[in-house]
Amino acid sequence: MEQYYNNDLKPIAREIRKKIIEMVYTAKSGHPGGSLSITDVLAVLYFKEMHVDPKNPDDPDRDILVMSKGHASPALYAVLAMKGYFPDDLLKGFRSINSDFEGHVHRGIPGVESSTGSLGQGLGVAIGFALSAKLDKNNKRIYAIIGDGEMEEGNIWESMLAASKYHLDNLTAIVDRNGIQLDGFTENIMPLGDISEKARAFGWNTITIDGNDIDQVIGSIEKAKNFRDKPTMIVAKTIKGKGVSYMENNPKYHGAPPKNDDEYQRALKDIEAM
Amino acid sequence: MQKIEKLESLRETYGNELALLGEKNKDIVVLDSDLSSSTKTDVFGKKYPERFFNMGISEQSMVTAAAGLSLSGKTVFASTFAVFLSNTYNVIRQSICYNNVPVNFVVTHAGISLGEDGPTHQILEDVGLMSGLPNMKVIAPVDSIETRSVIDYLSEKKKNPYYVRLTREKFPVLNDDDYVFKEGKSVTMRDGNDITVIAYGIMVSFALKAAEILKDKINVRVINMSSIKPIDREAIIKAARETGKIITAEEHSIYNGLGSRVSEVISEYYPVPLKRIGMPDIFGKSGKGMELFDYFHIGINDMVKIMEEFYKEEFK
Repeated sequence: MEQYYNNDLKPIAREIRKKIIEMVYTAKSGHPGGSLSITDVLAVLYFKEMHVDPKNPDDPDRDILVMSKGHASPALYAVLAMKGYFPDDLLKGFRSINSDFEGHVHRGIPGVESSTGSLGQGLGVAIGFALSAKLDKNNKRIYAIIGDGEMEEGNIWESMLAASKYHLDNLTAIVDRNGIQLDGFTENIMPLGDISEKARAFGWNTITIDGNDIDQVIGSIEKAKNFRDKPTMIVAKTIKGKGVSYMENNPKYHGAPPKNDDEYQRALKDIEAM
Repeated sequence: MQKIEKLESLRETYGNELALLGEKNKDIVVLDSDLSSSTKTDVFGKKYPERFFNMGISEQSMVTAAAGLSLSGKTVFASTFAVFLSNTYNVIRQSICYNNVPVNFVVTHAGISLGEDGPTHQILEDVGLMSGLPNMKVIAPVDSIETRSVIDYLSEKKKNPYYVRLTREKFPVLNDDDYVFKEGKSVTMRDGNDITVIAYGIMVSFALKAAEILKDKINVRVINMSSIKPIDREAIIKAARETGKIITAEEHSIYNGLGSRVSEVISEYYPVPLKRIGMPDIFGKSGKGMELFDYFHIGINDMVKIMEEFYKEEFK
């Protein structure tokens, strides 16, 4: 595996962000907010932490990532392209009729482990992967990225019980705690409160970090790897729309692309200046 | 010659067969959601505790974990009561069917024959729900022997998900020991040229008994359509052509089940009069499982009457 130093990851994250903006602007639809918030986590996972080989995507020993918040497809597709699973060019087809790059995360794309989009399901799917790895005595790591709004789904809490019951210390769930869902701020729509306290009550190890700080993301994932007997939930406090000034913390950009060329150019410029 | 009727449990057969298969096939894993002593997956669970996952009363968690296990290459069986699996319709839709992973849902206690637990538990819509999902295949075995054969078939690696509908009550054994289930193929249990009854599950036994009662008046063909999806289109068209009238019978709503599927086939290929026997857009009720069929006018005597009247009925 190629070795990336922490300092190399910032430009990678910047590149992912640019691709996200290009994709949603080209498609004139998509979800930039929650893609930009989870970008740094994805950069760390794919370029530092996960053992995956784009030339051998079916390797039984590969680490697994389930992107449960399937609307963050631009971020996942972008990082997979950068990792070399498929040519960058294909991203231009995002959400269009002649492309395999469906609006939400689609398993037909190389590197994608499970289709997601309808929320709440990915953590449970990751648990299935983790149970299987335990049975096979395979040391692979399993990751699930879930949105904070997504945690309003009952399936998440059912699955949290199961991960704890089966002592899935090979599983790390990362919550993209950006505080915003489609209709507004999570704490107004359906208050989630202290997610890590709730997760601990469900039998999980928890770590709270700034999810847009690359060093903190790396540190938390390393800690989770070495934690035994319990699954780990990393509550990654992030900024929705991170890197694009007018999108940051603005619920409007949960599911809306830059409105015009001016907004598009501003977005790219903001990202370049990060 | 009427054979002496032997009754056997489909779900017990399922549990025992699974435990047997688990010995040779180490890829088999089984999930349940707190009903393993009723669905009989506990037989497997006691033998191979490390490959058995009791997910608690959390069907969504069970279905999603089943997806992940299957994506990892395991041969997955997941069981609960039929009615509770439908809690997770959209989870099955996305994580199972859209992913197209070969999870085998073997559900028990479908239909009114579950009896005393009543309408909350008697699902009569599940065949329609599951048939409506792309990639999902739907099987309703007629007896213990067919159940065993279906489970053997599903223990081999498959490419897509299956829904196998079992029941609480013991059913009459109709097949010979060497019977082998074939996906997409029906079995003509009784030949006849006056009228055809196409059925699955317990209704096949009822149809055979009704046909026997009517044997001096009408020559009834009885088809076991255990493979509901994919359906045996050829057998349906042949029956339409040769007998001119078709009755469907199922322990299910007359909407979206076998009646609807058969209706689609004959409407497209060979329109003939069709009568659908089943639950007419209503819920069930508590009572003894087998008595409820008479209560809802879909028992053997009702079938005799319907078959005779429908046979005589003239269509202009």
